[in-house]
Amino acid sequence: MRDVPEHPDWLWSSPEPKRSYDVVIVGGGGHGLATAYYLAKNHGITDVAVLERGWLAGGNMARNTTIIRSNYLWDESAGIYEHALKLWEGLEDDLGYPILFSQRGVLNLAHSLQDVRDSVRRVHANRLNGVDAEWLGPDEVKEICPIVNVSPDVRYPVLGATYQPRAGIAKHDYVAWGFARAAAAMGVHLIENCEVTGVEVADGRVQAVQTTKGRIAAGTVALAAAGHSSVVAATAGVELPVQTHPLQALVSELLEPVHPTVVMSNAVHVYVSQAHKGELVMGAGIDPYNSYRQRGAFHIIEQQMSAALELFPIFARAHVLRTWAGIVDVTPDASPVVGKTPVDGLLVNCGWGTGGFKATPGVGWCYAHTIAHGEPHPLNAPFSLERFTTGALVDEHGAAAVAH
Amino acid sequence: MLLIPCPWCGPRDEAEFHYGGQAHVAYPENPAALSDEEWARYLFFRDNPKGRFAERWNHTAGCRRWFNAVRNTATNEIEAGEVTA
Amino acid sequence: MTSRRMTGWQGETVRFRFDGRDYEGVRGDTLASALLANGVRAVAASPALGRPRGIYAAWTEEPNALVQVAAEPMLQATTVELRDGLAAHGLSGRGRLTDETDTARYDAVHAHCDVLVVGAGPAGLAAATVAAETGARVIIADDRPIAGGSLPDTAETVGGVPGAEWAAATLDALDGRPDIRVLRRTSVFGYYDDNYLVAVERRGEHAHSRERVWRIRARRVVLATGAHERPIAFAGNDRPGVMLAGSARAYANRHGVLPGDRAVVFTTNDSAYAAARDLAAAGVEIAAIVDTRDTTGGGTDGVEVLAGHVVTAVGGDDGVSSVAVAPSDGGAGREIEADLLLVSGGWSPLVHLFSQSGGDLRFDDGIGSFVPASARQAVEVAGAARGVFTLAGCLEDGAATGARAAEAAGFRVEGTFEIPRTPDEDPGTPPGHLWLVPAADYSTHFVDLQRDVTVADVMRATGAGLRSVEHVKRYTTAGTAHDQGKLSGVLTSAVVGHALGLPLGDLGTTTFRAPYVPVGFATLAGRHRGALHDPVRTTSLHEWHVAYGAPFENVGQWKRPWYYPRAGEDMETAVLRECGAVRKSVGAMDASTLGKIDVQGPDAAEFLDRIYTNMMSTLKVGAIRYGVMCRPDGMVFDDGTVIRLADDRFLVTTTTGNAAAVLDWMEEWLQTEWPGLRVYCTSVTEHWATVALAGPGSRDVLAGLAPGLAVDAASFPFMTWRDTEVAGLAARVCRISFSGELAYEINVNAWDGLALWEAVMETGVVTPYGTETMHVLRAEKGYPIVGQDTDGTVTPADLGMDWVVSKKKPDFIGKRSFARADTSRPDRKHLVGLLPADPGRLLPEGAHLVETSTLPEPPVPTLGHVTSSYRSAVLDSTFALALVSGGRDRMGEVLYVPLGDEQVPVTVTSHILYDPEGARRDG
Repeated sequence: MRDVPEHPDWLWSSPEPKRSYDVVIVGGGGHGLATAYYLAKNHGITDVAVLERGWLAGGNMARNTTIIRSNYLWDESAGIYEHALKLWEGLEDDLGYPILFSQRGVLNLAHSLQDVRDSVRRVHANRLNGVDAEWLGPDEVKEICPIVNVSPDVRYPVLGATYQPRAGIAKHDYVAWGFARAAAAMGVHLIENCEVTGVEVADGRVQAVQTTKGRIAAGTVALAAAGHSSVVAATAGVELPVQTHPLQALVSELLEPVHPTVVMSNAVHVYVSQAHKGELVMGAGIDPYNSYRQRGAFHIIEQQMSAALELFPIFARAHVLRTWAGIVDVTPDASPVVGKTPVDGLLVNCGWGTGGFKATPGVGWCYAHTIAHGEPHPLNAPFSLERFTTGALVDEHGAAAVAH
Repeated sequence: MLLIPCPWCGPRDEAEFHYGGQAHVAYPENPAALSDEEWARYLFFRDNPKGRFAERWNHTAGCRRWFNAVRNTATNEIEAGEVTA
Repeated sequence: MTSRRMTGWQGETVRFRFDGRDYEGVRGDTLASALLANGVRAVAASPALGRPRGIYAAWTEEPNALVQVAAEPMLQATTVELRDGLAAHGLSGRGRLTDETDTARYDAVHAHCDVLVVGAGPAGLAAATVAAETGARVIIADDRPIAGGSLPDTAETVGGVPGAEWAAATLDALDGRPDIRVLRRTSVFGYYDDNYLVAVERRGEHAHSRERVWRIRARRVVLATGAHERPIAFAGNDRPGVMLAGSARAYANRHGVLPGDRAVVFTTNDSAYAAARDLAAAGVEIAAIVDTRDTTGGGTDGVEVLAGHVVTAVGGDDGVSSVAVAPSDGGAGREIEADLLLVSGGWSPLVHLFSQSGGDLRFDDGIGSFVPASARQAVEVAGAARGVFTLAGCLEDGAATGARAAEAAGFRVEGTFEIPRTPDEDPGTPPGHLWLVPAADYSTHFVDLQRDVTVADVMRATGAGLRSVEHVKRYTTAGTAHDQGKLSGVLTSAVVGHALGLPLGDLGTTTFRAPYVPVGFATLAGRHRGALHDPVRTTSLHEWHVAYGAPFENVGQWKRPWYYPRAGEDMETAVLRECGAVRKSVGAMDASTLGKIDVQGPDAAEFLDRIYTNMMSTLKVGAIRYGVMCRPDGMVFDDGTVIRLADDRFLVTTTTGNAAAVLDWMEEWLQTEWPGLRVYCTSVTEHWATVALAGPGSRDVLAGLAPGLAVDAASFPFMTWRDTEVAGLAARVCRISFSGELAYEINVNAWDGLALWEAVMETGVVTPYGTETMHVLRAEKGYPIVGQDTDGTVTPADLGMDWVVSKKKPDFIGKRSFARADTSRPDRKHLVGLLPADPGRLLPEGAHLVETSTLPEPPVPTLGHVTSSYRSAVLDSTFALALVSGGRDRMGEVLYVPLGDEQVPVTVTSHILYDPEGARRDG
């Protein structure tokens, strides 16, 4: 028996780009593919090209730890992430693809009295927003995840946790390929090995993109380039409030099931789940300096291991099999930017930092709406560029823990 | 673990340093005279190039001095001769 | 059980168990060689297809023979050193974690060197020896128990002695030198920026540390990591008994083990002929050599060579029993009886670490493999790792590379290194390149044995439209197993190339990622576990708090006493008693953890004016002022008191958790923005012990302890400080209050802290109180706690602290932001007090507020949340502080706190609930 389902016999073709499209999406990651899918499905816009500099979904989509949750603090964040979660719940049927969405719940641990206050605050906020959330004591944490060390004698004992039962994980490649296949089937062109080297602007309006496969004219250019957003936007003279950092993750060997849920801890920096095949999937801390090199520093991994063993002594003899890094684009308030830019027809979706995967269907839905209508969807309207001028930030640093 | 050339202490492991982001972003002479857009630019917008980047480091676990370096963000290489106290 | 050990092979007997059966091996065996010696062919069933799988290779490239050894969930039998009592069982894909506590110790060592040589084979040993001669500091790391790389496998001679002996002697000679470090059983598994490499040393189950991480910074690196033999994809290539030819040769020469009785050799190159000769000499009958090339590599005595042939099928369900061979161009084949099929598809340099270092690879058509091209770091590659496959060539290349590396590191090479003599090698026939044997049915042509991926699977992936090797890897899962595709990686690319009609060199490899070999979680965690996970900071009074039974609260790294329960008291009772004592009598708290920064210099006052929102330069010497600092975005960052010690000297206090951040903040502004200001900041947090004495009785207690101090309100007014003696100790007493009561903070040298505290307690009238009581008392007075009542989105005005924001100063950090649209909104969240309609109802901290007495359907916009909530010893009700939208305009309004099915009504009040006139501060 295979431990994961087979992929379908047909995924997508590799067309040569046309000279012009109604919409060009820059970046063939999860967000770009989901946007193309919802453009075609919800708005009937299919004269669309998704341009990917490497291989489809080979950036952060292939490198994240696949955690899905919507238990964010602020109303604005809960809105878009909960919309995403509802879409996740129907996505397998919608795409006709086995994305292995497993609603195994997520525990966000609290280790200090202030952690507890922040966590309870988030639980109450979530409930007002219709997001399932509970506050659990250490014994209840132990019931849900028996391998968590809830002893009071550790350096930072577990004082409790928030629990979102509907949260979980999915299989990232399957998600991306599900969107890609469905979008391609509706006529979207998926073009790999096609790097956008410039965005052409005339009279304040976007005209085309220059690519390694030539000039491609477009009515709308929608960026979905994650860590490379600044680089692409800069060619159109648009500056973005994002900084690009490496973020590392790792997996263990395949293990018999031992970890039934997803556990995240901000204070003792850990987030870990056990994937369908049996490997422990674990995220490390963000590397502090700007870098486009998809490679982090090793001491970050070492710190990660010591944190993991504080909470999960049973992991002691597991092995790190593979480490890798994505490059994430981080904004000053740890919330994304999704919407218009000063250039007409040039839209931006960036700044998801460490939280992009879980938002995939939600942002795809809203970004497609923004492209189709030229105005943001109510759910992404708060995530405008202007908020940095007015000061109306959506600051998810404080109480939302690590935004993975 | 980058090897960062502190101009006072010599090359040291990255773990001894605190990162300070883009260099040469001066606090505005007269903030009150700035428009909201200009002030937002100072508060929140920093260059994010893929390539040469003039940036700040603080040798927190050493001499505690701030200094500037030029690093290539595509390769992480710090340019010799571009580290300034 | 028949022994497959060569007759006459000597070795101390070692007993072990495998899959519940007892076996014997010899010292020096791996679990794999011992299993082969005992005739165990199948180690485990394959995870997806349940096909029996045997031992395929002899070291870290092994794809099949995964075992669980005690608590170790997954190891390769080929890398497990046999030891007495070892118990293992074969794994079908998944290992098992056990509850058994890992009591072993792990540690880490930092090392620096001029030249790091990775690998102690012929090239590595030559490189290290030459580099060592120059005086360079050299580290040579080798992952195996016995040095020599391939030499113990091939039994070739060096300098007239068996290669393994030469290698051992050469390494021992290096080990004896003062500037040389030899790391045996040490796998270099990661190559990071700036020539930082990470290795793991396996020191043994009984060593002081079981495994040790080496963090090595090298001026130059020489990678002499050797090569892996390549598999070939053909029908039935997964049967137990199919083995890499070089690995079979290694089992014979290294361990005296014959992996079969009668072998067919299937090769594309000459190396398998040498393997066949060695195995024949050891007693394996070589039935035939099947060579894909039309021109063969000679022969071996009396063995049939089938040129231009391939293996088309393998007979035997549980293990090889026969091998079907046929001419490559079709034509009639035949079946050869055999229990062993030795495969050699050529050799691929181990470029993993080079690639990790950022170096580029190129495809070498001659050897049919990727080889190092241009380096990005200070690294060179020697020997087989760059495609040099002769022994003499490796020695020469190693020596030359070692010299180059030492010179590049600044050392002079003097004299010449004499290359040891090696037997003449026939230049031989160029290798052929065959990755898969064409067939109509590819369903048993395995590409990745551990993931059960076949050529058919790969072709299904390309048939689905995939063009990238990375996609094919994900579609099929090839290369993702425990061996991380050491053998299957390039084979997968080759099959993709075959399917798409593209040259392998154009397709490239998938990315090589650290670690090169699996590394234990506990190994990497090292000593940073338990109490050493993060430093514990305690005050000089800590032992007293422990003795008095206080539970502790973690605040940053500090342990702070939370409350002091008396016999029979729960927390609520204890805290109410402590609160009552301070309000009615006198209490004392250990306030030593507050951050303290000594700010000195002629421009100190100007500096503090810029850092704080309020004016500090007008503070008189001897006086104290409360201050707030903001970030440039206008949000509250920290607060505390500033005391002026002299015209040019201040002592600043910070919150406990922010002490380091505030010092960093000050130094950053001083150094990077205002270098012209002559100001110097020093952390003095741990120099002082601080005892807060609070309550109407505090003046009398202080007077008793400090007879030389005039304590009356006129002589010692609020917000001033005095240097004096308290309990005979030099002390600085500040008249400040965080409770609203008459209060003093007594600061003494940290060494004197305990003596002061004990003197205070010996008065017999003072109640010790902890952080919880401190929180209640300050909340009754509406004093916010940064980080509890603020969250990085709160301005001083939001806290009702307009008075702390200077209107006179032209600028200070944060000022400009107060004028932004969002920060000047009237409906921002304000800090207010809440009184529940039911005075016994304690609101949970973190609960939210809504306008309506019935809860509408979600989403319901929140008005704000409860930041602090307590029972009170002096109010007639529980009470809370909350951040509420437009809160100051809602005084007296009833709002609702949704709690489960309830809407709990609360009345909005001022955040100052106790003694709003400030009548109590003078006692």
